[in-house]
Amino acid sequence: MSKPIEHDYIGLSEQQLPSMEKSSDKKDGLHLKDTELRLGLPGSESPEREDHDQNVLSLKSFVSGAKRGFSDALDGGGNWVFSGGSGGGTEGLFSPRRGGKNNGGKDLSGSDSGSVLKDGAARKPSVVQEKKPQVAATSSHGNGNIAPASKAQVVGWPPIRSFRKNTMASHPPKNDDGDGNAEAKLGSGCLYVKVSMDGAPYLRKVDLKIYGSYKELSSALEKMFSCFTIGQCGSHGVSGGDGLSESRLIDLLHGSEYVLTYEDKDGDWMLVGDVPWEMFTDSCKRLRIMKSTEAIGLVTRKCLLPNK
Amino acid sequence: MQKKTAYSFPDEILEHVFSFIQSVKDRNAASLVCKSWYEIERWCRRKIFVGNCYAVSPTMVIRRFPDIRSIELKGKPHFADFNLVPDGWGGYVLPWISKMAGAYPWLEEIRLKRMVVTDESLELVAKSFTNLQVLVLFSCEGFSTDGLAAIAAGCKNLRELDLRDSEVDDLSGHWLNHFPDTYTSLVSLNISCLGSDDVSFSALERLVGRCPNLRRLLLNREVPLDKIANLLSRAPQLIEFGTGTYAAELRSDVYSNLAEAFCNCKELKSLSGFWDAVPAYLPVIYSVCSRLTSLNLSYAPIQNPDLTKLVSQCPSLQRMLVLDYIEDSGLEVLASSCKDLQELRVFPSDPFGEEPNVSLTEKGLVAVSSGCPKLQSVLYFCRQMSNAALVTIAQNCPNFTRFRLCLLDPKIADYRTLQSLDVGFGAIVEHCKDLRRLSLSGLLTDCVFEYIGMHAKKLEMLSVAFAGESDLALHHVLSGCESLRKLEIMNCPFGDKALLANAAKLETMRSLWMSSCSVSLGACKMLGQKMPRLNIEVMDEKGPPDSRAESDPVDKLYIYRSVAGPRFDMPPFVWTMDEDFASELS
Repeated sequence: MSKPIEHDYIGLSEQQLPSMEKSSDKKDGLHLKDTELRLGLPGSESPEREDHDQNVLSLKSFVSGAKRGFSDALDGGGNWVFSGGSGGGTEGLFSPRRGGKNNGGKDLSGSDSGSVLKDGAARKPSVVQEKKPQVAATSSHGNGNIAPASKAQVVGWPPIRSFRKNTMASHPPKNDDGDGNAEAKLGSGCLYVKVSMDGAPYLRKVDLKIYGSYKELSSALEKMFSCFTIGQCGSHGVSGGDGLSESRLIDLLHGSEYVLTYEDKDGDWMLVGDVPWEMFTDSCKRLRIMKSTEAIGLVTRKCLLPNK
Repeated sequence: MQKKTAYSFPDEILEHVFSFIQSVKDRNAASLVCKSWYEIERWCRRKIFVGNCYAVSPTMVIRRFPDIRSIELKGKPHFADFNLVPDGWGGYVLPWISKMAGAYPWLEEIRLKRMVVTDESLELVAKSFTNLQVLVLFSCEGFSTDGLAAIAAGCKNLRELDLRDSEVDDLSGHWLNHFPDTYTSLVSLNISCLGSDDVSFSALERLVGRCPNLRRLLLNREVPLDKIANLLSRAPQLIEFGTGTYAAELRSDVYSNLAEAFCNCKELKSLSGFWDAVPAYLPVIYSVCSRLTSLNLSYAPIQNPDLTKLVSQCPSLQRMLVLDYIEDSGLEVLASSCKDLQELRVFPSDPFGEEPNVSLTEKGLVAVSSGCPKLQSVLYFCRQMSNAALVTIAQNCPNFTRFRLCLLDPKIADYRTLQSLDVGFGAIVEHCKDLRRLSLSGLLTDCVFEYIGMHAKKLEMLSVAFAGESDLALHHVLSGCESLRKLEIMNCPFGDKALLANAAKLETMRSLWMSSCSVSLGACKMLGQKMPRLNIEVMDEKGPPDSRAESDPVDKLYIYRSVAGPRFDMPPFVWTMDEDFASELS
């Protein structure tokens, strides 16, 4: 395997192709400090980025913690290095054979990953969603890695279309045991349902399988639709964390303005929350955040029970 | 003036010559020869392909090409298929339909992919294009059966209606009744995506019965097995057929009717559907198997030995889509039986399971690569891979044009050596000189990207996830892949440097998608300022970028070239980094 050729980046104008210089003073890996980047148009000044390297360094480590939400079963997988800016330098963060730039399940099991992020902007890694732990995650290749208890599912991986996912969700995969495992396996997969909100210009979709309770679903929906109700809240945009706007939104949802309803398999519109969670996910076809004024006359499951 | 008459062709002759030039590239080249060729060409161009509906505006298209008969538009980025693009992002077709309604009354063909199509748009289509013959809605959404009813009622010359993989709001199955009784011109109908109440079977039967030219019929899952025989007997001329649900209690009358119906379809070459398939009814298609060139069993939970037995009866197969129930053993049989195989797709039956539920490994793919010399296109989901296997595959199949490998654990190493898979994928790009599309997975360092930049000169589309270590990787790709048009990246440690150093490259590409990477807001703003012919769109559902620091990474980034400028239909969670944005915030 040939070693990668080191390059210096040279600023680029719209007409020019990048010209690369080979530098032979580095042996392995790319040292961030040694590459200098400018984007220059003829006659213009490129912005000085003195502290570029530090920014990039801390940026990368910040991000690596947030983004690497996918636990991997690899050799030496215990390299959970992702502190905010120090720690091991670039080699430790980006060494070729280790994949451990991630929270794995350690930080994600049960708690919000916000604790990992030390920088100012508290960002929940939006790509990482926690899967209901059905089976203890073990590496199928048995490299003796300590895999986390709950394996986080990442949005977009594996790359399978929703149509296929939803189709497959309704027949169980092959299993030799018959009963025991079938339940567990049926639980994995996705169940995307549409969520509409009265007054919002377009629909959203949620995967019901990633939530374990009404509370989780409710808070996810609040976050998702907060941008539509902010007008009513009177604040601009959603602040990064649990701010005033969110609690106002909760008031809106749980207060008098909106109710959460769903359409069940029979086509009836019901209020969310009456039946056990599993029963709800089994029968829910779509969700609607409805104005309370319109929800008068909606049935609850309790009313229907005698007939069923 | 004399010079002109001495050296120029009459326009009509040039136009006639141009009519033989079908390829868009050649047409574009011809239009650049001189002004008069540009003029003549634009008046006689009939077919338009717009790979990104925001790259150009409908007004611009209409201004240049006044007489278009066939249009193809694509909307959302490819990763929208995997739920990475939130709803409401865009890709609305209505503005196009509205403008074209007045400009192209003779429009015959509309093909849309990943666009938002409303009932209003469909109604407008039905009203404005009386000569519409082809309507293809591939992975579209936003419409209901009401819109379909409008099409059925209004498009009297419709030949092809294809709703492939679209999301349709089911309101009523009676939209099929809106095809008038006098309507007989249907040639191709794909309703495989429709839900439970969307299709009135009796209307379908009558429609099929009165359309003697029907060649392609793909049903939806809700059509029961015992109705198929009747349907097929009304359309024995079918070339391509997709069943509905393929499960039922075994009944001899149903079985024999079905077997006979299939037997009578002498031209049947392609089968699909097979939802919920049970082995009992598989043999009814045996009479067709020897002729089959395309078989899609990717929704069928059939397992070995029934699955392998079926495959072994199809020696003419060119295209095979199947679940991983086929296992390595089945693929070995495929390799020995189907020497004409060109395309193979193996999907995972249990993608989220922790343990493998089937014995499908790299060995199956190696076997097919070895046994099928014409293999060109592969999509393969599995759980383990080795460099050795990939090298073998590359050497066996230098003719690959599309190679997509999806390891379910996206950063898994070579299971034999525990090394990265750089060498394996390197072999693929080195041996397969005609490779146009590549999807990577597994443990990958910057090395593999160096190989790609060095060898993949014809590569047009590259999909990357959880790979690479530094910006060098991205730089290799952007600087080395001369034919690159689409690059989509998720969860890789790529930041500003490579992007900014290769900014000009982005204008030669259709689009770049980067999500969960390390590109800073500052870099996006800079690109927005410096590259006016690129639309730099930052997507973040947590709030506007101005609430965060310049060095903060953006959540999702979508960059595409455009002559139409920034778009105006963005939802609240998308910001465009144009000059105004950058300057007002700095």
